[in-house]
Amino acid sequence: MRKGWFGKLKGSLKKSRERLSSHLSPLLAHFPVLDEGFWEGLEEALIEADVGIQVTQELLDKLREEARAQKIRESAQLLPRLKEKLVDILTTEKQPLFSEGKLGIFLMLGVNGTGKTTTIAKIAHRAKIEGKNVLLAAADTYRAAAIEQLEIWGKRVGAATIKHRRGSDPAAVVYDAIHAAQARDVDVLLIDTAGRLHTYIHLMEELQKIKRVVMREAPEAEIKTLLVIDATTGQNGLSQARLFGKALEVDGVVLTKLDGTAKGGIIAAIEDELKIPVILIGVGEKLDDLQEFDARAFVEALLS
Amino acid sequence: MFDNLATRLQNVFTKLRGRGRLSEQDVGEALREVRLALLEADVNFKVVKDFIAEVKERAVGEEVLKSLTPGQQVIKIVHEELAALMGSGQSKLAFASKPPTIIMLVGLQGSGKTTATAKLAHYLKNQGKRPFLVAADIYRPAAIEQLKILGEEIGVPVFSKVGKSVLALAKQGIREAVPKNCDVVVVDTAGRLHIDEKMMNELEEVKREVRPHQVLLVVDAMTGQDAVNVALVFKERVDFDGVILTKLDGDARGGAALSIKAVTGRPIKLASVGEKLDDLQPFHPDRMSSRILGMGDALTLIEKAKTAIEADKAQALEEKIRKDSFDLEDFLEQLRQFRRVGPASQIMEMLPRIPGLPNVGKLQVDEGQLGRLEVIIQSMTPEERRDPTIINGGRRSRIARGSGTTSHEVNQLLKQFEQARKLMKQLGKLSRPKPGRRPFPFIV
Ligand SMILES: Nc1nc2c(ncn2[C@@H]2O[C@H](COP(=O)(O)OP(=O)(O)OP(=O)(O)O)[C@@H](O)[C@H]2O)c(=O)[nH]1
Ligand SMILES: [Mg+2]
Repeated sequence: MRKGWFGKLKGSLKKSRERLSSHLSPLLAHFPVLDEGFWEGLEEALIEADVGIQVTQELLDKLREEARAQKIRESAQLLPRLKEKLVDILTTEKQPLFSEGKLGIFLMLGVNGTGKTTTIAKIAHRAKIEGKNVLLAAADTYRAAAIEQLEIWGKRVGAATIKHRRGSDPAAVVYDAIHAAQARDVDVLLIDTAGRLHTYIHLMEELQKIKRVVMREAPEAEIKTLLVIDATTGQNGLSQARLFGKALEVDGVVLTKLDGTAKGGIIAAIEDELKIPVILIGVGEKLDDLQEFDARAFVEALLS
Repeated sequence: MFDNLATRLQNVFTKLRGRGRLSEQDVGEALREVRLALLEADVNFKVVKDFIAEVKERAVGEEVLKSLTPGQQVIKIVHEELAALMGSGQSKLAFASKPPTIIMLVGLQGSGKTTATAKLAHYLKNQGKRPFLVAADIYRPAAIEQLKILGEEIGVPVFSKVGKSVLALAKQGIREAVPKNCDVVVVDTAGRLHIDEKMMNELEEVKREVRPHQVLLVVDAMTGQDAVNVALVFKERVDFDGVILTKLDGDARGGAALSIKAVTGRPIKLASVGEKLDDLQPFHPDRMSSRILGMGDALTLIEKAKTAIEADKAQALEEKIRKDSFDLEDFLEQLRQFRRVGPASQIMEMLPRIPGLPNVGKLQVDEGQLGRLEVIIQSMTPEERRDPTIINGGRRSRIARGSGTTSHEVNQLLKQFEQARKLMKQLGKLSRPKPGRRPFPFIV
């Protein structure tokens, strides 16, 4: 059996822990009885995982309340409760990645360098394995060699790429790609867009235009708009989710680069505030380094 | 949500409008807010912890400036300490005495190395250098193609060859740069995770064999708590010389910059503030600390307050400068003001750059020294303060004894005074400032 992402994750987390970390097992050993030292350590563990001060304080307030009400004395009793709370925040209804019997369109968004193009390749690879007919749309017409990058991936996974020249209108690429998909009886169409900072209004408008084209030209399709967030991102991840989410309805988050030492805790803040579920995670640069998001495994890794 | 620290602090301090010294409670309450602001800005929690402890130690008992609230006074101290931690002044790129200078860019995936490589080349070109690029990201699909296109756009040659190792590419690239008369070689490398042994070994090898003059770590301004881990490992493995901070044009507060400086001691050298190729700029640590705190407005306020208080004194001083009667009394007054405004190094930074005044840096004094200088001047007679030229050997040893210092130190102070006097004189000639606008005659 292939090593699951959680195993992989734990492997890398272990290395980083040896190097530098605080973390919870030593915390429990150090503060077996609930006291300020334990609370502080717990807070630090959550902050260090990029959960953010807001959600961290909410979680700890609830826990303190419970500990008081139920007269909990041992630190070890608290940890499972914290995990449950986080799992609650992160758990959402699971939906199949690919829709059956109709065109599935994935529109990938995100700030520069988060892993949009690579994730498209990974999803395409998975779709191919499931025997789907896959098409890629090179709608990043802005960055140098972005089209070439997508095309190379397309060749590796065996999917064709619809492209225009660099600098052309991305919405026009999308238009062509949709019509090609409809004509070729494609099951999965993956649209790559240029990385952009969420603070540029005109770039958000460009995305809105792309999405309008998608909805107008493919009303029969099931559209998934996915925001790709780098797990290394700190509190700015929330701002990204807010502003991309405000510009167009985002259906899910892909959290990439979880194979590093960053834990991606910001998704807790994103789900808590915006209720955008995390759907997939990226755990490497290879085609099969894509996993379904599993809230429980994620929380275990976060608080290991 | 958390971005207005100034407002929040104002709420904390609505009741405390008194003057006097900062109490433990004032400081404690203000620092609680500061801590949240720093964490919200992604400064690493350990760095925040140390920082808060340090500020607390300095702030408790400090005198609250006239017309500042205790909250503002705390912010002022926080800002000064932040600025000190961020480092002062700009940290320039170093060039080899014998060209070509070799610069290597390293970093995590997606941090923006390839774009930064092209931007750096453009930046160097604008400074009259002749850059040469080596595309050594042999892993990411089309990364080499990307750099080639960018190189063409800015008119800078790009070297690459398929099927070569990173090391071979770097070596051959440098050889190719020389006959082309290029004086700076910038090597773009593939993004890698700091925990990827194989990939880090590769970088180590390149560093060992190629011996770049500068290794720059490219860091995304949006990086969270993990920035310290990344920076520490990259430092351990390739001992980078500085940082290029990217994607600063967004709304990230950029606490990672502070964390990295704090844990590695390496300065942020350049900042990328847009997608265009000329969007690379020298980094301003002072602006960064305001950004991290999220409180530019409050700082302006504090600046203003400071200016108002000292205005009358400044006016008198300017008068003296014009009459060339600046004496040790005035020097002492200035030293006291220095202390109130902040670390001396920061004051020196505020000095305008004036051609023909290369000695400004020599005026630099540290905080401990300031105290000693004060004591020395206090041990002088009023005549001596007015006219230091009368201080002979006998008077010098008396002053040294009286202040518990040495004749040598007294001498040094007299030299510094002389420098300051000359500086004042020249500045007095250079500009006729509007009276009452600046606390120091030489601060713009
Ligand atoms: N370690 C690791 N690297 C990843 C992962 N996903 C993507 N990357 C790497 O991140 C870098 C950027 O990925 P891209 O897919 O080009 O990112 P992008 O969002 O398309 O970038 P732009 O189009 O430039 O905005 C590449 O070097 C990828 O190999 C991941 O899950 N783990
Ligand atoms: Mg891309």
